[in-house]
Amino acid sequence: MRLFLLLHTAGGIANQLQDKMHVHFLDPYQPRFSLIHRLDPRVKLVLLIAFILTTTLTPVGAWPVYILLYAMILSVIVLSEIGFSYVLKRAALAVPFILAALPVIFTVKGPPLFNLEIGPWSLKASQPGMEQFFSIAIKSWISVQAAIILGATTTFPDMMIAMRAVHVPRLLVAIFGLMWRYLFVLVDEVLRLMRARQARSGHSDRPGLKPGGSANWRARVAGGMAGSLFIRAFERSDRIYMAMVARGYDGEVRTEPLPRVTSTSWLILAFCLAIMIFLLLFALLLWG
Amino acid sequence: MFAAPIFAPEPMHIPDGFLSVTVSIVLWLVTIVVVGYALKRVNKDMGERQVPLMGVLAAAIFAGQMLNFTVAGGTSGHLMGAALATILVGPWAAVLVMTTVVSVQALIFQDGGLLVLGANIFNMGIIGVAVSYFVYSTLKSLAKGARWGIFVGGFLSAWLSIFVAALAVALELAASGTSPANIAVPAMAAVHAIIGIGEGLITVGALALIYAARPDLLTDAQVKKTGSISVWVVGLIVALALAIASPLASAYPDGLEWVAEQRGFLDTAQEPIYKIIPDYVFPGISNEVLATIIAGIIGTLLVFAVVFVVAYSRRNRQPTSR
Repeated sequence: MRLFLLLHTAGGIANQLQDKMHVHFLDPYQPRFSLIHRLDPRVKLVLLIAFILTTTLTPVGAWPVYILLYAMILSVIVLSEIGFSYVLKRAALAVPFILAALPVIFTVKGPPLFNLEIGPWSLKASQPGMEQFFSIAIKSWISVQAAIILGATTTFPDMMIAMRAVHVPRLLVAIFGLMWRYLFVLVDEVLRLMRARQARSGHSDRPGLKPGGSANWRARVAGGMAGSLFIRAFERSDRIYMAMVARGYDGEVRTEPLPRVTSTSWLILAFCLAIMIFLLLFALLLWG
Repeated sequence: MFAAPIFAPEPMHIPDGFLSVTVSIVLWLVTIVVVGYALKRVNKDMGERQVPLMGVLAAAIFAGQMLNFTVAGGTSGHLMGAALATILVGPWAAVLVMTTVVSVQALIFQDGGLLVLGANIFNMGIIGVAVSYFVYSTLKSLAKGARWGIFVGGFLSAWLSIFVAALAVALELAASGTSPANIAVPAMAAVHAIIGIGEGLITVGALALIYAARPDLLTDAQVKKTGSISVWVVGLIVALALAIASPLASAYPDGLEWVAEQRGFLDTAQEPIYKIIPDYVFPGISNEVLATIIAGIIGTLLVFAVVFVVAYSRRNRQPTSR
């Protein structure tokens, strides 16, 4: 629910939106002319998946390899010109899940580091547990930054080309494309619903200001909004379908053939993959 | 970025790094098979209507996940939507809708990882939908067309879809050795038993409005058209399997840890290769601290080199572009 983290109140959004195009506030794409932006999207997607796979396979506690992997990410951030702070800010949004890994500090057996007394319980933190926890946290943090770079440097149409290249079914890619096209329209719809609710004091995020009704009532109101959103979406999809049929749509998804991968792209792909394989072998050999 | 971020209390989108490669790949395979079948199935049932309907509904679920309501003390409830989608368009179409939502969230918004995307689709798209369908269709046939079947079925399917998906997340984390089952399962279950209530209430609210405005969307035909006995059976099996596996796994976490160890993902169970090869020393680097320092230096040099090259090329570019 990343959207959720970005948005705060309907009113806040409405104010923000008055001087901003919608595309800018939702679309993570950062328009630049950097090397990374110009790189073939297929190469980017394959390298991203390879990078995440490498990071995931790197054994626990291989700190030097983590540093080198992160150096790769940093270099790409610099090359992409999207700005270090942008990536960090978005990466911070992915942090809460790390809580889920916290218990391993205390459950993995090994030489104890310290004891934590919580009421009647005494938790023994072990050194391997600590290592495992920080490894998981660092790995996921590095991986999410890699993914952020792809999202920030690749337009959605390019992303669709990349998805087709890795053999996502054409029909599914077409559904993705249609979803993306109407996402902003429906997000606007939701923002209007939320603004209307706020105007009728059905919702408040401000502390001390009590929202109307009981929690149950507020939930039902939100449900009613969801219901009308869905009815509108159904009706919209009918109209879209008619418009598509009127323009000759027959259920077949026709796409242009994928452009050829240039030899430079192949070279970049091979070079980066080689580095990753080398790093992984290095990690497995020394820490596996 | 815009306003103060809220914590959405729904640790449902697993990020990369939290699942072992084995668990990720197994769930990818299951997901590919189910989604592939769903694509065929829906294409047969809906034909050319499929792309616009699935696309717009996925956008609606995505946007609808922004809808929230304040509960108390700054916390808020909101919608995941698997149950609502299942009730409105039937299980196979709902699998596609949720797959689209979860994939775009991962690929564009980094909400959930990419290597673990198969697992996330599996949890929210497949388990969530199968369980919803099983509960909703059972209650609806029990109610024999009475109105309460829709609403009670809606509430329970929404609640259970969240609860069971959360159990699946906990078990996957446990099987990966990321979070011990005896902590992850009860914690996820307790949190999502509460979050599920919010999902249930929103779903009922939505169904009430749809029932009043477009009752045709909730008629039997809609669900029967695309549903089938196999989904019902899968839903039942999933619900039962997780209901049995979760308490077992939390009572005997060693069982899952044993699996994790067998697969070599718990480092405590592993012997480093360099100990197996006696006297093996990596050329020049014998010590981990030294290795860390050298890695730090190499990494810093690499980044500096890139910064330098970018800065230099830009300095050259600017005069020519003006």
